[in-house]
Amino acid sequence: MQQRIQQSGQTWRRWKNHLATGTAVLGALVVVAPLLAIFAYLIYKGASSLNWAFFTKVPKPVGEIGGGMENAIVGSGVLLTVASLIGIPIGIAAGVYLAEFGRKRLLSNLVRFTADVLNGVPSIVVGIAVYSLIVVTQRHFSAFSGGVALGIMMIPTVTRTTEEMLLLVPHAVREAALGLGVPNWRSTVSITLRTASAGIITGCMLAFARVAGETAPLLFTAFGNDDKSLALNQPIAALPLQIFVYAVSPYNDWHRLAWAGSLVLIFLIVVSVSLVRYVTSRGVLKGAS
Amino acid sequence: MSGKLAERDVVNGRESPSASGLAVARPSAARRYLNAQSDSAFSDGFFKTLMLASALTIFVIVLFIFLELAWQSRMAIAHFGISFLYRSAWNPVSEDFGARPFIYGTLVSSLLALLIAVPLSVSTAVFITEMCPIPLRRSLSFLTELLAAIPSVVYGLWALVVLVPLLRTEINPFLMRTLGWTGFFEGPDYGVSMLAAGVILAIMILPIISSITREVMSTVPQSQREAALALGATRWEMIRISVLPNARLGIAGGIILGLGRALGETMAVTMVIGNRPEIARSLLAPGYTMASVLANEFTEATTSLYLSALIEIGLVLFLVTIVVNALARLLIWSVTRGASSRMA
Repeated sequence: MQQRIQQSGQTWRRWKNHLATGTAVLGALVVVAPLLAIFAYLIYKGASSLNWAFFTKVPKPVGEIGGGMENAIVGSGVLLTVASLIGIPIGIAAGVYLAEFGRKRLLSNLVRFTADVLNGVPSIVVGIAVYSLIVVTQRHFSAFSGGVALGIMMIPTVTRTTEEMLLLVPHAVREAALGLGVPNWRSTVSITLRTASAGIITGCMLAFARVAGETAPLLFTAFGNDDKSLALNQPIAALPLQIFVYAVSPYNDWHRLAWAGSLVLIFLIVVSVSLVRYVTSRGVLKGAS
Repeated sequence: MSGKLAERDVVNGRESPSASGLAVARPSAARRYLNAQSDSAFSDGFFKTLMLASALTIFVIVLFIFLELAWQSRMAIAHFGISFLYRSAWNPVSEDFGARPFIYGTLVSSLLALLIAVPLSVSTAVFITEMCPIPLRRSLSFLTELLAAIPSVVYGLWALVVLVPLLRTEINPFLMRTLGWTGFFEGPDYGVSMLAAGVILAIMILPIISSITREVMSTVPQSQREAALALGATRWEMIRISVLPNARLGIAGGIILGLGRALGETMAVTMVIGNRPEIARSLLAPGYTMASVLANEFTEATTSLYLSALIEIGLVLFLVTIVVNALARLLIWSVTRGASSRMA
C-alpha cells in the first residue's frame, strides 16, 4: 500500500517534470518564432526590392517609381563616424579610469552607476536634450547634432565593456611594466589596453551596432535630407530615419524601399554582432595568459 | 642586463638591434631612458586627470540632460503646475495641455508587454540554461541576442505590415468573441491599438529579460544543483528548489530593466499604437505614449508653451526611467556582485 502511494507520487513528480520541460520548450519556441518570422519576411521582401539603384540613387519625388537610398546610406556613414569619434574615446577613457585608477572609490561607483542609468535613458530624451543644446543655438538641424546624440548613447556600453576587459588583465602584466620603470600612463596605454584590445573592440562594435539602428534621437537632430550631403552643419539623411518615413507613408513603392533599407541595416548589424561573437569565442584576451 | 633592455624595447614597441651592443663608457640605455622620462610624474598626473575628466563627462551628461529638460520645460511647469500630470486635455490650438493620456498609454502598453514577455522569457532562460542540449544552447542564445540587435524601426515596419493585419483579421475577432464581456476587448477594431503596441513591445523586451535571467541563473553554484539532484529531485524540482530561489532578485532586476526599455521605446510603438490621446478601457482602441507624442509632435510644436509642455513630458519620462533603471541595477548588482558579468 505504502509502496503504491510512493509510486504514484513518483509518477506525479515525473509528470510534473515533463510538464515543466514541455512548457519551457514551448516558451523557447514562441520566443524564436517571431524572430524567424521577422527574418524570413525581411529577406523575402527586402531581397526582392534590392537593386543597384537602391545604392546609387537618391529618392524620387512622391509618386514617381524608383529611386534609392544613397543619401541615407552616406548619411548613416557620416553620423556613425561622428558618433564613434565622440563616443569611443570618451567611453574608453572613462573605462580606463574606472578600472585602473578608481576601483573602490565612491566617485567611481557613482560614475559606474550613472553609466548604467545613461544606458537606460530613452533615446528620444537624449534627442531632446541635444536638440535644445545644439539645434536651438545653431538655429538649424545638423548632422553634427545627430552624431553627438548617437555618440552620447555609445558611451555607456563602451565604458562598461572597457572596464570589464581591463579588469581581466592579470596584475602581473601591469607590475612587470612598472618594474621596468615605465611610467604608469605608458604601461596603461601600451600594455594593459593593448592586452585587452580585442575585448574593447568588441564593446565598441556592440555600441556601434546599437546606435546604427537608432531612429528616435535623429528625428529632431539630423532631421533627414532627400539629397546626398556630407556637410556636418546641414540636415542629413539616415537609414533608420528614412525607413521610418517610408514605412508610415501610404505608397507601395516607398514600402518596398523601406524593406530594402531594413535588410541593408540588419545585414550591417548582424555582421558586426556575429563578428563580435567570433572574436570573443576565440578568446577575449590575446597575449595574456 | 641585455635581456632587460630587450624587454624594455619591446615594451616601447620599437626594435633596436643595437641595444645589446652598447659601449660600456656611455650611460646605459635604461639610465638615459629614465633621465628622459624624469617628468613621468607630471605625465602620469596629466593622464590620470584626462581619464578622470572622461569619467566625469558621463556624470555631467546625465546631469545636463536633467537640467536642460527642467529648464526648457519651466514655462509649462509654471503654467500648469502639478495638474499637468493628471489632466487629460491635449489641445494645441487652445494651448491646454495635460499628460494623463500619455502616461496612461505608456504604463498600460508597458505592463501589457511585461505580462506577455515575463513568462515567456523566464521559461526560455530556464530552457536554455538548464534543459537544452549544449550544441543547441549556443545557437539559441545567439538567436535571442539577434532579437535584441534588430532596430526598433524594423520591428515597427514588421508590426505595421504583418502583425497589425494579423491582429485585425484573426486574433482580435477571436478575443472579442471570447473575452468581449470583460470590456477589455470591445469596440471598433482598427488593428492599430494598445494591444498591438503591447505585443511588439513584448517581442522587443524578451531578449533583455531572458539574457539577464540566463546570466543570473548561471551564477547559481553548480553544487547547489548537484545537491538537489543527489537528494533525488527531478530536474524541475531541482530548478524550483535550488535555482529559481537563488536567482529571483536578479530575475526581478531583469524584468524591471525590461520595463525601463519598454517605457522609453519610441519608434515601433509610434508606428502601431494609433496615436490618439484618449483613454479607453478597451485594449483594441488606439492610444498614445509619452515617447510617441514626442516623436510625432516635437518638430511641429509651433508655440513655446506647446514645446515646453512636450519637453515636460520628456522630463517625466526621463525621471521615470531613471528610477526604474536604478532599481533594476540595484537588484541585479545584489545578485551578481562578485561574479564577473556583462549587462547589455
